[in-house]
Amino acid sequence: MNSSGWLQLAVFIGALALVTKPIGLYLVQVLDAKGRTWLDPVLQPLERLTYRIMGVDAAKEHDWRRYTLAMLLFSLASCVSTYAILRLQHLLPLNPQGLGPLSPDLAFNTAVSFTTNTNWQSYSGESTMSYLSQMVALTLHNFVSASVGIGIAAALVRAVSRHSAKTIGNFWVDLVRTTYFLLLPLCLVFAVVLVSQGMIQNFKPYTKARLVEPIKVSVEKKNDKGEIVLGADSGPVMEEQIVVEQLIVQGPMASQVAIKMLGTNGGGYANANAAHPYENPTPLSNFLQMLSIFAIGSGLTYYLGRMTKNQAHGWSVWGAMMTLFLAGVLVCWWAEARGNPVHQSLGIAALDGNMEGKEVRFGIFKSALFATITTDASCGAVNAMHDSFTAIGGVVPLFNMELGEVVIGGVGAGLYGMLVFVVLAVFIAGLMVGRTPEYLGKKIHAYDVKMAMLSLLVLTLSILGFTAWAAVSPWGLAGLNNTGPHGLSEILYAYSSATANNGSAFAGLTANTPWYNTTLGLAMLTGRFLMIVPIMALAGSLVQKKISPPSAGTFPVSGGTFIILLIGTVLLIGALNFLPVLALGPIVEHFLTAQGHLF
Amino acid sequence: MTHQASSLFDAKIVVPALGDAFQKLDPRLMVKNPVMFVTLVGAVLTTAGIFTAATDRGFIAQLAVWLWFTVLFANFAEAVAEGRGKAQADSLRKARKDTMARRLRGKVEERVAAPDLQKGDLVVCETGDVIPADGEVIEGIASVDEAAITGESAPVVRESGGDRSAVTGGTKVISDRIVVRVTSEKGNAFLDRMISMVEGAQRQKTPNEIALTILLSALTLVFLLVCVTLKPFGTYSATVFSVPVLVALLVCLIPTTIGGLLSAIGISGIDRLIRRNVLATSGRAVEAAGDIDVLLLDKTGTITLGNRMASDFIPAPGVTAARLADAAQLASLADETPEGRSIAVLAKEKFGLRGRDVAEPHAKFVPFTAQTRMSGVDFPLADGKEARSIRKGAAASVKNHVLQLGGTYPEAVARSVDEVSRQGGTPLVVADGRDVLGVIHLKDVVKGGIKERFAQLRKMGIRTVMITGDNPLTAAAIAAEAGVDDFMAQATPEMKLQRIREEQAAGHLVAMTGDGTNDAPALAQADVGVAMNTGTQAAREAGNMVDLDSNPTKLIEIVEIGKQLLMTRGSLTTFSIANDIAKYFAIIPAMLMVTFPSIAPLNIMGLKSPDSAILSAIIFNALIIIALIPLALRGVAYRPIGALALLQRNVLIYGLGGILLPFGGIKLIDVIITTLHLV
Repeated sequence: MNSSGWLQLAVFIGALALVTKPIGLYLVQVLDAKGRTWLDPVLQPLERLTYRIMGVDAAKEHDWRRYTLAMLLFSLASCVSTYAILRLQHLLPLNPQGLGPLSPDLAFNTAVSFTTNTNWQSYSGESTMSYLSQMVALTLHNFVSASVGIGIAAALVRAVSRHSAKTIGNFWVDLVRTTYFLLLPLCLVFAVVLVSQGMIQNFKPYTKARLVEPIKVSVEKKNDKGEIVLGADSGPVMEEQIVVEQLIVQGPMASQVAIKMLGTNGGGYANANAAHPYENPTPLSNFLQMLSIFAIGSGLTYYLGRMTKNQAHGWSVWGAMMTLFLAGVLVCWWAEARGNPVHQSLGIAALDGNMEGKEVRFGIFKSALFATITTDASCGAVNAMHDSFTAIGGVVPLFNMELGEVVIGGVGAGLYGMLVFVVLAVFIAGLMVGRTPEYLGKKIHAYDVKMAMLSLLVLTLSILGFTAWAAVSPWGLAGLNNTGPHGLSEILYAYSSATANNGSAFAGLTANTPWYNTTLGLAMLTGRFLMIVPIMALAGSLVQKKISPPSAGTFPVSGGTFIILLIGTVLLIGALNFLPVLALGPIVEHFLTAQGHLF
Repeated sequence: MTHQASSLFDAKIVVPALGDAFQKLDPRLMVKNPVMFVTLVGAVLTTAGIFTAATDRGFIAQLAVWLWFTVLFANFAEAVAEGRGKAQADSLRKARKDTMARRLRGKVEERVAAPDLQKGDLVVCETGDVIPADGEVIEGIASVDEAAITGESAPVVRESGGDRSAVTGGTKVISDRIVVRVTSEKGNAFLDRMISMVEGAQRQKTPNEIALTILLSALTLVFLLVCVTLKPFGTYSATVFSVPVLVALLVCLIPTTIGGLLSAIGISGIDRLIRRNVLATSGRAVEAAGDIDVLLLDKTGTITLGNRMASDFIPAPGVTAARLADAAQLASLADETPEGRSIAVLAKEKFGLRGRDVAEPHAKFVPFTAQTRMSGVDFPLADGKEARSIRKGAAASVKNHVLQLGGTYPEAVARSVDEVSRQGGTPLVVADGRDVLGVIHLKDVVKGGIKERFAQLRKMGIRTVMITGDNPLTAAAIAAEAGVDDFMAQATPEMKLQRIREEQAAGHLVAMTGDGTNDAPALAQADVGVAMNTGTQAAREAGNMVDLDSNPTKLIEIVEIGKQLLMTRGSLTTFSIANDIAKYFAIIPAMLMVTFPSIAPLNIMGLKSPDSAILSAIIFNALIIIALIPLALRGVAYRPIGALALLQRNVLIYGLGGILLPFGGIKLIDVIITTLHLV
C-alpha cells in the first residue's frame, strides 16, 4: 500500500465529489418533463417527434401501478424482441460471417442479461453474435436499460419529495429524456475523450499481425465439419499448432465503451474487457472509465438532495456510500498488496503483491480500485481477473454485490436500493428518538416496511437459493473447474453477480450450459424486476403521505450519526445473511491458503 | 390515588406469571408472534433430535432445554407485564366502586356499585344522591347540580319527557326525586377497554407494533433461508450440519430478544399510563402520544393559576399610592372573588393597611353586575364623616360613572390603563366619588416552573399553543411570560377545532385537553384528546384518553410515555440485531471447525469447544431476555435533549453495546459451562 496508491485514491474521490453536483443539477432538469437544458434546441424536436410516434402525452403523469406496468411491458417487449433476433439471426441481415442461431437457453440468458442492465455474457461475442445482434442487444439495451434504472430512481425520489399526491412521473418521458438528454450527449463527449487516449473507433476489418516470437499451442483437433475429434478415451484429441500471426480487434470501440461505463453496463467490446490495451489504453483512460462508472450514480444522490430540499441528506447518503466504498477499496488493496503466501513461500511472488491475473500496466492498486468500483456499481467491466484475487481480495467484489449494489450502485438501481436501506434505517433507529419513524417527514408504516423487506428478501432468496441448488445439483457441479471452497466462491459469485445485475464473473465456472443459462437468467430477472416492483409499491405508498414538518424531535437524516446508522443497517440487515456462505467459501479458502493450500 | 410499583417483580405477579408462561405455549397463541413461533418449532425439532441422534445426546438435550427456556422466558415477560397491568386496573376499579347506585328491581330497591350498572337499568336518585351513570329521566322532576361537569354553579331542572330529560353520571341531585334509565354501556367502559388492552386475548396490535412485527418476521424469514441453505452448502463442503445445530444458529440469529419482549413493552406502556391515573381507549392513542408535536393548552388552570391577582397600584396624578390602595381595599372588602381578595392582600402587603371591619356600620356594599361592570362600597354621612362612594371596575364604566358625576377622567389614568393592558394585565380603575384615584393592575399569574416545562417540550420538538378567551394583547403578554410558542386569543370552540384541522393539514399531530361538551368536537379531532375526568360525558366519549386526576399538565407525561414506548422498541430491536455479530463469531467457527481446523483463528472469543460455543450462544440468547424484562417493563428513559442527542445516546448504548456485550457474555458463559463440565 504505497503513497502513489493513496494519492490516486484521494484524486479519485476528489474528482468524483467535483462531478457530483453538476451532474446532479443536470439530472434535475433532465428528469423533469418541463426541465430546461442547453441542449433543448437540438434535442427537443427529436423528443417531441418520439412522443408523437409513441403516442405519449408527455404532460400526463402516472401513479406507481401504471409507471411500473409501462416499465415491465417495455422491458418484456425489448427482451422478447432481442430473444427473437438472437434466435433468428441466421435469417436476418448483417450477418456476413453466417453465424447460426443461438440456443434457446443462451438466447434467453443473453436477452435477459441485457434487458436487466446486467451484461452477463455466457458467450464469446465475436464468434456468436451477428452485427445486427450486437447492435440491438448491446447498443440499444445499454442505453435503455440504464434509462429504465434512472427512471425508477427518479420516480422513487419524486415519491419521497412530493406529498399527498398520487403520480410519480411518466415512464416514457423518463425513458426518452434520460436517453436523449443525458446518456447520448455524455457518451458522445466521453467517446471523443477516449479516442484521444488512443482507444479505437473505426469500421476496419480485424488487423493481422505477425508475431515477433511464434508460440506453440495445444488445441483440440477438429475434422472437416468443424467437430471435435474424439479419441479412444472419448476425450478430445489434442494437436499442436504453431501460432505465427495474431488477429487484432478493430471496430467502433470508444462509443461502445462510453455507454458501457456511463450506463454501468460493463459488457466488454473485447473479451479482455478493460484490461485490453485498446479498450483501456492509458492510465488516464483507466481513471476516466472508473470515474464514469460512478458519475451518474453519484450525481443521483445530489439529485435526491435537491429534490427533497435537503441537500445535507443527499450528501449524507453519498457519504455512507463513499465510506463503504473506501472500506472495500482498502481491504481489497491491502489483501492484494499482501500477496499470496504460497507464492511467497515458493519465492515466485511479485514484489508488490498478488499479480496473478492482473494487467501489468495497472498493477495492484488500480486493479483493486477498479474491482471495487465495478462491483460497487453494478457495472461488471473488469481490468483484472477477480477469480485470481487472493481469497480476501475476492471477498470484496463478492460482498459488494451481495450488499445489493447500493454503494453508488448501478445507474438508478444504486439509489433506489440504498433508499430501501434508508427507509429501514429510519424505521429501526427512528424509533429510538421516541417517535413513529419518519423519513423526511413521512411516517413509515407496516406497508412500507413490508415492501422494503420484500425487496431485500428477494435478493437473499435468489443468491442463496440458486447457489445452494447449484452447489448440490449435478448440473451445477458440472460447470465447476475448481473444487473446494474456491468452487463454492465461483458459484456464489455467479449468482451474486446475476442477482445484483452486475455481470462480472469469477472465471472458472463454465456457465454456458442450459441449466446455468436458465437459472442465471432467472436470477437476473429476480434481482431486477422482483426487486423493483416492491420498491415501486413503496414509492406509491410514500407519495400519498403527508409531510410532517421537521422539529427538534425529528430523526435527523443527515450528518455523521445518520451515516453510521445507514452503514450499520446496510451491513447488519443486508449483508449479515451472507456471512455463513462466505465463511464456507472465501474465508475458509483464506485460512487454507495461509496453510499452503491452493485452489 | 397514586399507584407506585412496589417492585418490578412482586411475588403476587410473578408466581401466577410462571404458570401463564406455560399456558402461553399454546401454538394458537404463539403463532401471533412469528419470531417466537419459529423458536418454538426449533425447540420441538431439537427435542425430537435427542431421540433420533446417534451421538451427542447430552449436548442436544441441553440445547433443547435452553430453547424451551427461550420460549418460556418470552412468555413469562408477557405474563408479568399483563399481571402488572391487571393489578393496576383492578385497584383502579376498586377505587372507583365507591359510587353506589340504588337500582330498582320491580318495586324493590337494591344498592349496587355504579360500575356494575347495565344499560337499561333503572336507578332512583333523591336529594343528595350522585347520579351513578348517564341516563334519561323517566319519572319525576329534580334540580340537579351539574357544576362538576359544566362548571356552572346554578342548578338546572331535569324532568321526564322533553328536552331536559338527559342526566350525566357524576352530577348531583339537589332536590326532589327522579328515576333514571341508564343509557350508557356497562359501568366503566374506559376501564373495561383498558383492561382488555393488557389482557392477551383481546389485545390488538398497534400500527407501529404491526410494522415492527413485519420487520422481525422478514428478518426471521431471511435467517431461516440462511440456515436452510447452509445444509446444501455443508453437503458441498463435505460437512454435515445437524438439525439441532442449525436450529441453534437460527434461534441465535433471529431477533428473539425483541420478539420475546415486544408485547411486554406494549402492555407496560399502557400500564405506565394507568399508574399516572390516565385511561386510554386504545394502544394506538398511546403510540400517537409519542408523535405529538403540537400541544393545545388552555390558559386557565394549565398555564396560569386559575385567577388573576392584583400586582400593582398605579395612582392618578396628585394622588398618593397609599390613598389609592386604601380606597381599593375598602371597595374590595366585601368582594369575595379571588381577584377582590388579592387586592385587599396587596394593599396590606404594600402599605400595611390592615383589613378593616367589613361589617362597618352603615357601609353598603355594591355588588358587581353585568350592567354596571363595577363594584364598590357606599358610606352614608355619619359619625361626622363625609359620605363616600367608592367604585372599582372596568375603565370605560368608571369613566362614564365619573363623568356623570361631573368629574374628569385624567389623561394619565387612560395611559396607565393602556399600559396595563399592553402588559397582559387587566386594569381596574378606582374612583372615590368623582375623583379618579388610579388603576389596579390585575395580573394573570403564570404557574411556577411552567416556562421550564415548555422549554423542555421545545427540546422534545413539541410546539405549545395557548388557548385563551382573552384579547390578543393580554394573550400575547401571557404567552411571552409563560414561554409558549404560539397563542390563540378570543378562542371559541369552533376556532379550536379549526386550528386543530389546520395543524393536522400541515402534517402535525395535535394533542389537547378538554372538559366541556363544546370541547368534544375538538377532542375527537385531535390525535390525542385527553378528557378531564371532571368533564362532561360527551367530552369523555370524544377523547381517546381520560385523566382521572383532571390535571391538564399531565399531557406532558402522556407524551413522554408514548415516546418511551417507541424508544424501548427501537432500542431493543437495535440491540437484538447488533447481537448477531458476536453470535456469528461464536457459532460459525464452531460449525466449521471439524472439517476445516485451520479456521481456528476465527474463534476470536477463544471458546473452548464447538459444543460449548454453540451452547454458550444459545444460553446467552435465552438469558438476555430475562435480563431485559425490567427494561421492557420500565421503558428506556426518555430525556428531553433533542432527537440527535437522544439518538446518539441510544445508538451508543443499544447499538454499540449490543455489538460488544454478547462477546463478553458468551465468553463468560463458555467459561462457566466448561468449568461445570456441562459439555
